[in-house]
Parts: sequence; C-alpha cells; structure tokens
Amino acid sequence: MIAFRLPSLGADMDKGTLLEWLVRPGDAVKKGDVVAIVDTTKAAIDVECWHDGVVDTLLLEPGTEIPVGTLMAVLRESGETAEQVKAQLAALRASEQATVAAPAPVPAAPPAALPAEGARAAVSPAARKRAAELQIDVAAVRGTGPGGAITLADVEAVAQAKPAPAGRADAMRQTIAAAMSRSKREIPHYYLGEDVPLTAATAYLAEQNAGRSVTERLLLAPLLVQAVARALQRYPELNGFFRDGAFVAGTGIHIGVAVAVRTGGLIAPALIDVPRKDLQTLNRELLDLVQRARAASLKASELAEPTITVTNLGDRGVRSVFPIIYPPQVAIVGFGRVVEVPWVFDGVVRATPLVTASLGADHRVSDGHRGALFLATVRDLLQRPDELARPSDGP
Amino acid sequence: MSAHATSYRDALREAHREALRRDPRVFLMGEDVGKYGGSYAVTKGFFEEFGPERIRDTPLSELAFVGTGIGAALGGLRPIVEIMTVNFSLLALDQIVNTAATVRHMSGGQFSVPVVIRMASGAGRQLAAQHSHSLEVWYAHIPGIRVLAPATIADARGMLWPALEDPDPVVMFEHAQLYNLEGELSEAAPVVDIERAAVRRAGKDLTIVTYGGSLPRVNEAAAALAGQGVEAEVIDLRVLRPLDWDTLVASLRKTHRVLVVDEGWRTCSLAAEIMAGLAERAFFELDAPPARVCSEEVPIPYAKHLEDAALPMPPKIVAGALALAGRQA
Repeated sequence: MIAFRLPSLGADMDKGTLLEWLVRPGDAVKKGDVVAIVDTTKAAIDVECWHDGVVDTLLLEPGTEIPVGTLMAVLRESGETAEQVKAQLAALRASEQATVAAPAPVPAAPPAALPAEGARAAVSPAARKRAAELQIDVAAVRGTGPGGAITLADVEAVAQAKPAPAGRADAMRQTIAAAMSRSKREIPHYYLGEDVPLTAATAYLAEQNAGRSVTERLLLAPLLVQAVARALQRYPELNGFFRDGAFVAGTGIHIGVAVAVRTGGLIAPALIDVPRKDLQTLNRELLDLVQRARAASLKASELAEPTITVTNLGDRGVRSVFPIIYPPQVAIVGFGRVVEVPWVFDGVVRATPLVTASLGADHRVSDGHRGALFLATVRDLLQRPDELARPSDGP
Repeated sequence: MSAHATSYRDALREAHREALRRDPRVFLMGEDVGKYGGSYAVTKGFFEEFGPERIRDTPLSELAFVGTGIGAALGGLRPIVEIMTVNFSLLALDQIVNTAATVRHMSGGQFSVPVVIRMASGAGRQLAAQHSHSLEVWYAHIPGIRVLAPATIADARGMLWPALEDPDPVVMFEHAQLYNLEGELSEAAPVVDIERAAVRRAGKDLTIVTYGGSLPRVNEAAAALAGQGVEAEVIDLRVLRPLDWDTLVASLRKTHRVLVVDEGWRTCSLAAEIMAGLAERAFFELDAPPARVCSEEVPIPYAKHLEDAALPMPPKIVAGALALAGRQA
C-alpha cells in the first residue's frame, strides 16, 4: 500500500485545502503524475504522486482543509489486492489513532461512488441553480447526496474552498510577512556585492540570437541563474536548508526564481536540477515557469524544493538589491539592472555592460570569506558564457 | 377567561354551542346527534339545551339527511350536518359533489349552499376497514367546496364559526384520534382563519407537511429528530382545499427538502398533490427529491399490530426524514 499524504508545498505551509482530485479510484498513476490540486495561501498547486500504483481509495472530499502530512489517498502497489490495502489502511489508521492525540480529520465513510462514465451526474435543482449563480462548474463538484448526487451543501463547500482573488492577495501578503519576519528574526544575514562585466555574455547572446525569431531568443536571466548554479557546485554550503539548528545540504541544485505576481505579492518556484540543463532548455523552462507562476498553476515539487533563491530586478529595476533569505534556505543571490558604464580593461576605458550581483547569506552556516569566493566565481563564470550554455555533469 | 385545560372534543362542543347561540339560523342534524349526544359525544347535552327543533336526529340515510341539509342551506338556514365517519359519507357523495359543490356555478351565482358538513376520519382505534379510512383527498379534489382539517384544540374551537360564515359548502374532517387530545386553550374563543396553513414548529433542515391526525405523530417525530441534530419545520395544512401554497413554498425556500406525511394511501393522495405542486412552483429550490410517508395500500386492518404497521407512525416519519436529510437512520 502506498499512503499519499499532503506534502509540504513550502516551508511556510502548514495546511492546505483540497480543491480537486484529478484521479479516481481504479486509475493507474505513474511517478510524477499530477493527482490533485491543493490550494495554499499562495496559489492553487498541482500535487504530484511520487510512486507508481493504482488509486485505491480517495479519503478526502474536495473543500476539506487539512494539515500537512494528512493521509489523502491510498494506492495499490502492483500485485496488491484491494483487501490487502483495506487491511493495511485499517492498521495504519489504528496506529495513527494510537499515537496522535488529535488525529487528522478524515471522513469515517469512504466517499460516495462517482456516477458511471457517461452517466449524467445527479445534481439537485437547488444545487444546479446555486452553482450557476456562483459560476461553479458542477462537473468539478463531488456529490455527497444519495447515489452521489450533488447537493446544495456540496456546491457551497466548493464555493468556500475557492477564495476570492482579493482574499488570495491578502493571504499571500500574510504569508510573505510571516516568512520575511521569520527570516529577519532568526537569520543573521551578511551581505556581499560585486560588479560583473557582461561584455562576453551579451556578445555571446547576440551571436546566438542572430538567427533566431523573437520568441526563440535566449535571455540573460537563464545565464545568470546557470552561473549561480555552477558556482554552487563549488560552494555547496550555500545550497540547502537550516533545519533544527543545523545545515542540511540540498539534494540537487534547484533554484527558486522570485516572480512578482500581478495581483501583488511574490512567489518563488524552482527550476529543477539547473546544472544539468543546457541554456536553451533553461531559457524555455524559465519562461514557462514565470508564465505559470503568474497564472497560478504550479506543480508541488516546484514550490517545495528550491534550495536557494535568485532574485533578478531586470530592466525596470535599480543597480543593486540586498536580498532577504527565504527560510529555511541559507542564501539568496540578487541581480540588479544591467547598465552600461565606463570600465577599465587592460588600462583602457571602455563602455561596458555591467550588472551588480549581491549575496545575502546565513552567517550561521557560512562566512563572508566563502561567500565572497562564491560571488567571485559567479562573476568569473559569466565571463565564459559558452561553458555555461552546455550542461554540466558535475555534482 | 384566561388559559384553561380542555380537550379537542370539548373545544368542538364549545364551538357548536357558541354557533347555536349566536345565530338562530344554525341547527345541527345527523345520526345520534340528539338523544345519544353524538357518536363521538361532541353534541352531548345539546338536545336538552337547544331542543329537538335545532338538534335533529336523522334516519340512517346519509343521502337523505345530507340532501336535506343542502336544501335547508339553500332555503336560508345555516345547517351543520354531522356524518359518523368519512366512510359513510360516500353514500352522500352525490349530494355533496353533484349538488352542493355545483349549485353556485350552475345557477350563475344566484344560489349558494352555506352548509357545514362535519365527519370523523382516520384510523388508530381498531375500528377496522369500514370505519377507519382517510378519504380527505376525495373532497379536496372537488372545486366548489372548502375542506378543513382542524388538528389542534384551537382550530377545533375556532374553525366552525368562519366555516358557517362561508357562503359555500365546507367539509370539515375531525380525525377520530384527536377527540381525546388534551391541552391548554389560551383564550375562550380563539379567532382563526380558514385560509392559511400553519408552521407548527420552525426548523431549517427539512419541511414536514402534514394535516389532521398525523400532526401529533409528526410533532413526536420532529422532537426525536431534534435529538439527532435534524431540525424539521412542521407545517399543518389546516385547509386541504384550497391549499396555501405560499406558506409551503416559503418553507421549502428555507429548507430545500420536503417530506409529506399523509394518512391517506399514497397513490393519488394529497401527498402526491403537495409534491407535484411544489415541484411545479419551486423546482429550483429542491435539494432532494420530494418524499412522503403515507398509509400502506391496504384496507386498514383490525388487528392492532397490523393497523399500526399500516399507518405513518413516528418511527417511519423519522426514518423518512433522516433519509431525506442525507443522514443514516
């Protein structure tokens, strides 16, 4: 039996609301498949399952708010029978009841069966009318009435689980406030800055983009992100988490990219395994990630896994940023606006594109000396863009 | 006079006494209403008090004495005709349906029939199949008459006078199990209407619609339901024709679920009419299919346990309500 529990979709998340199941009992699930949509204070997140199996029982109704770690569904492993899963589930529940003072709220009875494929869903007239008023698609509502019929209460439950946009912005503000307060309260930051000439990088991109259409052009941002990733391979103490009084190195280099959301607020989903990706792939993935972050359709793993964050002020920003760490990460790298400045090369003053890179790091984990070496490595790597453009097979 | 303890039977008797005193045109006729004091003792003592001119014992012919009552009404009197049970009233159906209900229409409004026809109905007293039926719906089907079902002491006391004031025929059903109902009457002569249904208990989870002898059973069921966390709103129809749809629809808008409890048989019952009427008027308020608890479709049995099994008793009402509210019984 595979127990599918609500994962933590970020260090600041302690509960979530199930919005929708994307699988039904009997469906085969492959590792990495999105099985549910869960609402957090930041966004509605696609939650993946990390095991192969067949969905046995869905234990929660959409609309239920549950703490992280709550058992949401059970899956059968290959060769297992429904009876075996039933027995194991009963045993699991018994042991959880015995050890947990306040067990997670799970409905006592299994959810009512869904109507057969092709059958018209039973929706009470009052529920149908209310759903129309609330602009809720009844196909997305799970019925709890007789024979699985959708009742007024089922529609109201979905309506309540779907907070208004204004409510989401408020909730996001509160989440950011909590995370940043924690950061400034707990983390002794040190800050470093370095000006990085981008003559080579801009020349490389111009050359690469010469034959490309506008939509296919490579941007500077993925090159900056890749430089951070490669530098982290050499300074792993900046890549990971501070948990329970100790540093825990990240497994893989997953770089959170701070994205401003149009309705206000900020979200930092991850680019996964950055060093293994070539520039073109990273470019595509970054654009996709930003777009989906703004459309609030992210995957759980993208929110849960950043091991460090990069904040890039871009064209409309200013020269430099003094970034605040997103706990429990231990470092954050900032890039300011690219400006053209007079710069001395080999005794000659030249007009040079320049970006100021900055590092905010957790002094409990690393010292300024190592931080400075890391930032200098970022600077040096950006002078060799062709190397950054190729995937790395290093650690 | 302040609140006083009384019974349904005594309240009815007091209503008759008041009517006989208030209006010299009022007189009473029926089988054994005089010297015997009425099959259910409603008119006990009237023969001595008002005399044989106004309290008239009749032969055993419903056809004849109901017809006589209709004639007296046409002639300007205000007769109250008592029929022993609804089963026997079938012998007078021709008089009531073909004559009393039609004269206003057929005379172009020149004549009216201000008669009140009272009768006992319902089961529960082991009187077997020929004395126990609930045929209120037979009369509620007929245009031209008003049909009343007093289910409380206040309605027993208050409905007769407005019924006598109605210029058209009124048929009034007194459930045989209600006569011994005891309770307080807050005023000597409560003023009641014969137009509206009454909300007897407020609730939010479902509406239970009933009338007559089923009201005490529904009240008992509603109390049991409250103990299980289901708040039933109880509506007493009071007037079976014309039905007060406004009160029914208003309740359904609140609860979205309706259970009809009707001692009549379910096929073509008053319950069927309530369910159909609510579906027509408030379909989009329904959150569950309308449901009903009616009598089993058998002639009412004599044996006590079979009679109880045939009737909509509180446990069946509770089970029906829980199922409707989406709860396990």
